[in-house]
Amino acid sequence: MNWTLALPEIVLACAGLAILLGGVIPKRETFFPVSMAVIGALVLTAALVLGQAEGTAFIGQYVSDAFSRFAKVLILLGAGLGLVLALDFNERAGLARFEFSVLVLFATLGMLVMVSANDLMTLYMGLELLSLSLYVIAAFDRDNSRSAEAGLKYFVLGALASGLLLYGASLVYGFAGTTNFDRLADALSGGTVSTGVIVGLVFVLAGLAFKISAVPFHMWTPDVYEGAPTPVTAFFATAPKMAAVALLMRVLTGPFGDLTAQWGQVIWIVSAGSMILGAFAAIGQRNIKRLMAYSSIGHVGYALMGLAVVNDTGYRGVLVYMAIYVVMNLGTFAVLVAMRREGRAVEGIDDLAGLGRTDPGMALWMAVFMFSMAGIPPLAGFFGKLYVFLAAVQAGYWVLAVIGILTSVVASYYYLRIVKVMYFDAPVGAPLDARSTGLTVVMASTGLLTLLFFLFPAQLIAAAQVAVAALAG
Amino acid sequence: MNAAGFPVLSLVTFLPLVGAAIILSIRGEEGVVAQNARWTALWTSLITLAISLVLWARFDTASADFQFVERAEWLPEYGVGYHMGVDGISVLFILLSTLLTPICILASWESVQSRVREYMVAFLVLESMMVGMFAALDFVLFYVFFEAVLIPMFLIIGVWGGGRRVYAAFKFFLYTLAGSLLMLLAILAIWYHAGTTDIPTLLETAFPPNMQVWLFIAFLVSFAVKVPMWPVHTWLPDAHVEAPTAGSVILAGVLLKMGAYGFIRFSVPMLPQASADFAPFIFALSVIAIVYTSLVALAQEDMKKLIAYSSVAHMGIVTMGIFTFNHQGMSGALFQMLSHGVVSGALFLCVGVLYDRVHSREIARYGGVAKIMPAYALVFMLFTMGSVALPGTAGFPGELLVIVGAFKVNPWVALGATMGMVLGAAYMLYLYRRVAFGRITRDDLRALLDLHPREYAVFAPLILLTLWMGVYPSSFLTFFEASVAALVERHEAALGAARLAGM
Repeated sequence: MNWTLALPEIVLACAGLAILLGGVIPKRETFFPVSMAVIGALVLTAALVLGQAEGTAFIGQYVSDAFSRFAKVLILLGAGLGLVLALDFNERAGLARFEFSVLVLFATLGMLVMVSANDLMTLYMGLELLSLSLYVIAAFDRDNSRSAEAGLKYFVLGALASGLLLYGASLVYGFAGTTNFDRLADALSGGTVSTGVIVGLVFVLAGLAFKISAVPFHMWTPDVYEGAPTPVTAFFATAPKMAAVALLMRVLTGPFGDLTAQWGQVIWIVSAGSMILGAFAAIGQRNIKRLMAYSSIGHVGYALMGLAVVNDTGYRGVLVYMAIYVVMNLGTFAVLVAMRREGRAVEGIDDLAGLGRTDPGMALWMAVFMFSMAGIPPLAGFFGKLYVFLAAVQAGYWVLAVIGILTSVVASYYYLRIVKVMYFDAPVGAPLDARSTGLTVVMASTGLLTLLFFLFPAQLIAAAQVAVAALAG
Repeated sequence: MNAAGFPVLSLVTFLPLVGAAIILSIRGEEGVVAQNARWTALWTSLITLAISLVLWARFDTASADFQFVERAEWLPEYGVGYHMGVDGISVLFILLSTLLTPICILASWESVQSRVREYMVAFLVLESMMVGMFAALDFVLFYVFFEAVLIPMFLIIGVWGGGRRVYAAFKFFLYTLAGSLLMLLAILAIWYHAGTTDIPTLLETAFPPNMQVWLFIAFLVSFAVKVPMWPVHTWLPDAHVEAPTAGSVILAGVLLKMGAYGFIRFSVPMLPQASADFAPFIFALSVIAIVYTSLVALAQEDMKKLIAYSSVAHMGIVTMGIFTFNHQGMSGALFQMLSHGVVSGALFLCVGVLYDRVHSREIARYGGVAKIMPAYALVFMLFTMGSVALPGTAGFPGELLVIVGAFKVNPWVALGATMGMVLGAAYMLYLYRRVAFGRITRDDLRALLDLHPREYAVFAPLILLTLWMGVYPSSFLTFFEASVAALVERHEAALGAARLAGM
């Protein structure tokens, strides 16, 4: 049995157990050293992922290929930078407990298992490891009723989604006779497919759509994003989303690769619905975290457009889009985490008023992220949209493309509104508190990547191409 | 390499960004930063102008090919590259952009006092994007520049604008974004059809007639908003009124040309059949724009709004000229674009001079200015005449050529353009009379100072150009002679081929 193939996950799991022990034993609070150790473990895992061999292990339950490597690197990047965002915030908000970092680590482990899953059982195991960790960190600010509410809401709805997924998986197993992705693909490749499998597929899709907060399974997103502490929201919006989208791609193109006619139309509707809801529901928001929740729903819609067209160009578009999405979202949340006034975190869009005067550096980066999310060239977000739209046009999905165009215009309104508040409005109240160096570094590095992506698009696109080739092959 | 021996187009495009980066790195006291930002911006734009004059000197007017061509790999496997070059159609617009930018920076020297550093950065970024757009020979690259212009312009209107600046900035941004995103879909369709986005290659590509219609509609929506054509012009008066003076100058001088440039660069040569089919529709819209907005201009109370509506009318003449598909009409349209860039830019500067002193754009607020500010009144009169298209000023050759070209196609269309000239004389002279002549009714006007040296420096090049273009238009017409001839010839050949195929 070739268990060494899963070395990154094994190392991360062992590191997690060791760090947990190391955090419990000392008498005093160990948030900072534990976080550093976790970041170190994530970096080490990323190095191992980059050198990971290809193949399957654990009797075909675990797969490693270019696709999983692409997704894992992005997940580790999102998790690592997300933890950097939490360092200073948690200290100030009184949330500096070492369990936080350990939970992030286990959530990341769950995501790595998800993207390497080659069996419905591995899939479920990874997904649950992720979800259970997320339920806890959503409610991490336990004395705050909104955070507790967020955690509980997420848990109840998440458990329902897990149930749906599990039920779908059991139907698929019942009708196809296997849970292994490769054998499922074989079993479903011959002409007629029983209705049971299709019903099962729809349930699995529903469960995964919940995790990526796509319409109509998005209801939890605004409340959880708003209630959870901001660094937790940042984490929610990046790494798990990337992992769930990658998993969705793997499941749909792998075992159900011959049922494209069936799931293609589902994804089409989900994509269009997410784009429309993400654009219109965000307009009236006053809380910036809520706004980002709707924005993330919209972005998932654009990414799914690439999946809905059911071809390799589209899949490549999804990966490019998600990579850019993770980077610019991390930057945006770095700004959101930095929004503190007189020691308290503030979340209103109006709290950014006059930022262009009081903190030109942060305002500039935030403007870069907002224009990028609106898809204005030459910023990175434009190229993300370009590749999914290209796929849609090539495949003749004109209706979807036009919906995407129109919702982009609507969505650009609320991104511009943030720029307007920062630059056009006069400052109100005290300026925001000074931010920590870690936040500045995250902001500037992701900002530069977003701003200068147009100089070196070829590398990312080539990497996505290789990943997609692995997925199809 | 190219005729200049060095990558002149890239240099002209990206030098302003270097200046912007330098300005961003200035640290220190606010007053010092502002002063340094002004000087850095001025020198950057002057050096850019000087380098761009290489294009004027070394451009081969006998050739219709793209010159000063530069290529670099960008996304080679998708047929997208970094490809820059100019032909007779685009070269003068680059010069127009590089000329107007230092003028705008000078014009904002004292009128912009808040956040000077950001202002100068926005202007330099804007210059870079405008030049890049005219020089781009790759469709994706073109689109990147075309859209990127929105970001600095949105900020210029929104941060340094007047009372309703937020509304105007949003309207400007969303209107143009909605139009250009449709063009993006068209570009993607072209990309998929032809396998490349290289413009010279695409100009040789024949698109099936059915596809041409859809592509034309997508382009039309995008470019019509930019031009702007009636009935999608309503963002322009708002944007002009609220923008700071220099913003209006760039908006009228260069940004309005982007739409017309798009028509002449893409719609006409790439989609000849659809262009010919849609020409009557464009003529109708142009005539409505000319007559209707002229009448609206007549009724305006606000100077900037009046000039904004006159811009819509003048651009109507441009779109009419482009869709005549003959040599006179197209040359006239290009000439009109240049002269409108100079003259309407100068008119906004004239309004800016009064606004800086009195802080009002209301026409009724003035009267008798000629007695107090004689030099200013003379300058203002020259540009008024230029706008009216008096022979001997920049406005005349372009309008005359368009009318001649339109007459060859359809006398009634030419009549529409002529109506525009008559009404143009009416509203401009009416404006001039109310501002410059009459009794001085307000006492505070008596204290106004005439033009000071910096303002002379701002107006001097524009005065020179207005007269030069009016008296000796050939030095400009020769630039697009060969390109327009090739364009007309190719258009007729394409139509002929289509007719043969239909028989």
